[in-house]
Amino acid sequence: MSYITKPKVKWSGRQTNELGLTLADYEGGLSTLCAGCGHDSITAALVKAFWELALKPEQVIKLSGIGCSSKTPAYFLSGAHGFNSVHGRMPSVATGAQAARRDLIAIGISGDGDSLSIGFGQFAHAVRRNLNVLYIIENNGVYGLTKGQFSASADPGSKTKKGLENRNQAIDPVTTAISLGGSFVARSFSGDKEQLVPLIKAGLRHPGCAVIDVISPCVTFNDHEGSTKSYAWTRQHLHAAIETDYVAPSTEIEVDYAEGEVSDVELHDGSVIRLKKLDQDFDPSSRAQVLGHLAAAHERQEILTGLLFLNEDLPSLHTIQGTSRKPLSRFAFDELNPGAAALKTLQEGMR
Amino acid sequence: MATGNAQINDFVLKIATVNGSGSASANGLLMKALFRMGIPVTGKNLFPSNIQGLPTWYEIRASREGYNARVSRVDVMVAMNAQTYARDLAEVGEGGYLIYDSTWPRESQLQREGVHVLGIPLSGMVNANFESARVRTAAPIRTLMKNIAYVGALCALMQIDREIVRKLLEETFAAKPKLVEPNFKAVTLGYDYAREHFDCPLRVRAAPMDGTGGKILIEGNAAAALGCLYAGATVGAWYPITPSTSLMDAFENFCNKFRKDPETGENRFCIIQAEDELAAAGMVLGAGWAGARAFTPTSGPGISLMSEFIGFAYYTEIPAVFFDIQRVGPSTGMPTRTQQCDLMTAAYASHGDTRHPVLLPSDPKECFEMAVAAFDLAERLQTPVFVLSDLDIGMNEWMVDELEWDDSYRPDRGKVLTDEDLTRIDQFHRYLDVDGDGIPYRTLPGSHPKGSYFVRGSGHDQYGRYTEDADEYQQVVDRLRLKWQTAKTLVPDAVLRSARGHTDVGIIAFGSSHGATVEALDRLAAEGVDADYLRLRAFPFGKEVEKFLDQHRLVFVLEQNRDAQMRGLLMLELDADPDKLISILHYNGLPVPSDVIVESVTEHIRQGAVA
Ligand SMILES: Cc1ncc(C[n+]2csc(CCOP(=O)(O)OP(=O)(O)O)c2C)c(N)n1
Ligand code: SF4
Repeated sequence: MSYITKPKVKWSGRQTNELGLTLADYEGGLSTLCAGCGHDSITAALVKAFWELALKPEQVIKLSGIGCSSKTPAYFLSGAHGFNSVHGRMPSVATGAQAARRDLIAIGISGDGDSLSIGFGQFAHAVRRNLNVLYIIENNGVYGLTKGQFSASADPGSKTKKGLENRNQAIDPVTTAISLGGSFVARSFSGDKEQLVPLIKAGLRHPGCAVIDVISPCVTFNDHEGSTKSYAWTRQHLHAAIETDYVAPSTEIEVDYAEGEVSDVELHDGSVIRLKKLDQDFDPSSRAQVLGHLAAAHERQEILTGLLFLNEDLPSLHTIQGTSRKPLSRFAFDELNPGAAALKTLQEGMR
Repeated sequence: MATGNAQINDFVLKIATVNGSGSASANGLLMKALFRMGIPVTGKNLFPSNIQGLPTWYEIRASREGYNARVSRVDVMVAMNAQTYARDLAEVGEGGYLIYDSTWPRESQLQREGVHVLGIPLSGMVNANFESARVRTAAPIRTLMKNIAYVGALCALMQIDREIVRKLLEETFAAKPKLVEPNFKAVTLGYDYAREHFDCPLRVRAAPMDGTGGKILIEGNAAAALGCLYAGATVGAWYPITPSTSLMDAFENFCNKFRKDPETGENRFCIIQAEDELAAAGMVLGAGWAGARAFTPTSGPGISLMSEFIGFAYYTEIPAVFFDIQRVGPSTGMPTRTQQCDLMTAAYASHGDTRHPVLLPSDPKECFEMAVAAFDLAERLQTPVFVLSDLDIGMNEWMVDELEWDDSYRPDRGKVLTDEDLTRIDQFHRYLDVDGDGIPYRTLPGSHPKGSYFVRGSGHDQYGRYTEDADEYQQVVDRLRLKWQTAKTLVPDAVLRSARGHTDVGIIAFGSSHGATVEALDRLAAEGVDADYLRLRAFPFGKEVEKFLDQHRLVFVLEQNRDAQMRGLLMLELDADPDKLISILHYNGLPVPSDVIVESVTEHIRQGAVA
């Protein structure tokens, strides 16, 4: 997780958000990733989304595993606590942190190697538990940090830089997350900030596990001809199924779309996710339909993007656990300890 | 039959049954009845790794003296499993008794000189008196009643107080009072039969005394769970594994009783059954980092899986508590048998140079106390701490002094900077040794923006910044070693028990071997062999351990593993002279009896004397 400290230069005339913070206040250290790496664009989108939402950096915890992608939490929100864990195990750390401090906004950043191989189990279980986290997979089809081996998301037939062909099937995080009963599943492209920023904002506000699979080309090891995760290939094959807008609670909702095409989904905090269907028959609330669309798009070699599946009613980890709304690590000791008298009574039954 | 000298309140009563036949409640009843008669008792489950069908045993030792170790001898055997008759009969000591279900007579098979075989037609009596209806229990009612009937027979034969048994039944079935009468009827059937057919009481028997005042019966895992509750732990993550599962089960029960918001019903705890031990460890680290007291109970195989995270927590300095309820290894080994075989693993878990404080409770009371101590230590030292219990302590009921709690206790949260601290100070540096004790300051997520920092398992300097600089890296790991020196002053001291006279022979033991050691020391002293005893309670070793080694010419190190792991640790950490450290090893999966110690010591000394 190397980075170079960024000089904090403030000058007047810079735009500030509701908290009086500038975009620069949401940045982290200077990235040491390869110039042009998709991951850096995602970082920029995150900075923008956090700034637009006007979240206090210290309200946020950012967690990751290991990989180039997992280094990125160092490059945004230097005012937030960060946790760069071990390879593939970010979800469990995020689960523990959430268990202790449910009031903090958790963002987990992972890679396709991190989440779909060594950490496939933890990824699946974070989704299954509907852990309240924004879970971003920076998906480049290779292991960047260990220099270009295929990852589990590499498409069959795609080639390494040296020309080796991948013969294995690919694991698609999006279909996986939807099949596992995910509550918020999206796909985007690091080069499409227009789409990515509102998705991140919606994901941060979603009270459950918001998975965003972001195709994020690796310029060093996977941006050649024969790769299906290169910039060129991705740009050519992107297909937005739905347009997503995030509307903050204080903002008035103006209807500027034709009736029938737009659905507004109100979140628990009063904010709204506005979805505009681009594919006429696309219904992001129907698991079966979405999986069908994804399969069809896959056959057409199309990469379907947008907020592909949303279920606002799925109970989250804390609802299922019945955990107190007051964060657990905020309880005073007296509120947790039953005291000497209770221990005495309890032991009456042990005689 | 009541011939020879009466053997009162000093016996081993062993019950051989079939796993899954519901004998546990009958056996518990027997043990508790003896306890209520004021007789010191311990009960040990010797059970197979199987849910149903295989042989299982329960050993109750009654000891006037209060000894709680396992004894190799059996005085009264209740042989309810035809499959193991031969072996059960063989275990009974001279002049002992074997009671069996004579509904199917086996006189010819069950014969041994010096052993009294008493047949009681338990099944026959129960079948004649109870409908074969299935109650809502795991085993059919007749099987259950057959077990209760042998309790009744033992009441007559061994003078176990039948009124106490009745009272216990009433307490057990307080919620289903209808079950009291049928159960007591079964007790009476056994009782009456024994009275009619045998010369009651037997030579081996119970008599009321006052050896259990101020004591309780409790399993180590339940006591550890209480410790977690009282320490204020709120997050528990785990993956089921014998013999640690009952720790989390107990914690959940206690939390449901004591940690629900009276108004909203909301939980002031979060227990997560993880997908595996890796995830459980990650959850504990995440919660510890975020400021909760968090723990995971597991056993050897779980620790193996958690190792990457354990090293991570060591290097990033995150408090975490790991309960390792040891079972027999290597690999799956014998999952329902006991050992002290994870000592090395716990002490040095993970890759690179890592070291972890390990606490060594020797009974359930210490499980309770050391659970609390573990959270304090973990937070004070900002490091993973292990509580190394074992199956014997964890899953058996032990008689211990009543647990005590001091309401003035406040958790030691260690060096955590508050928001006020952060506003006051100029800058916060995560890994700087401000106080010279090797322990840096930490901040919790969600605090003042000045407190934010990055937890990273990769090379970092004393300010918490990424580094690959040789000197900066070394500065951090050297400070971690200094922190280890501080740990030595914070862990529980070893406990010395001096021999009556001067001696240059010492015994070192720890954990569940304690009871057997105490008994062995008394026996040795009676034979004229005096030894000082140092009971280790923690790793790292304090000065008192070094002193003990220095002051003795010969030190026996008793441990329940094959490779003398504790002896190895003493040599490694204290540079102890290998020649003076004599191993006594017991690792067959059964709790160590005092005979092993007595024999090893006398044998060694005899040989020494000869040579
Ligand atoms: C236990 C373990 N095994 C292997 C590694 C080596 N390793 C580091 S990063 C990585 C792959 C990262 O790939 P990905 O998650 O796709 O991230 P990217 O670098 O492509 O962004 C591997 C295998 C490790 N750090 N830990
Ligand atoms: S190796 Fe690839 S993934 Fe890693 S920083 Fe460079 S471009 Fe990005």
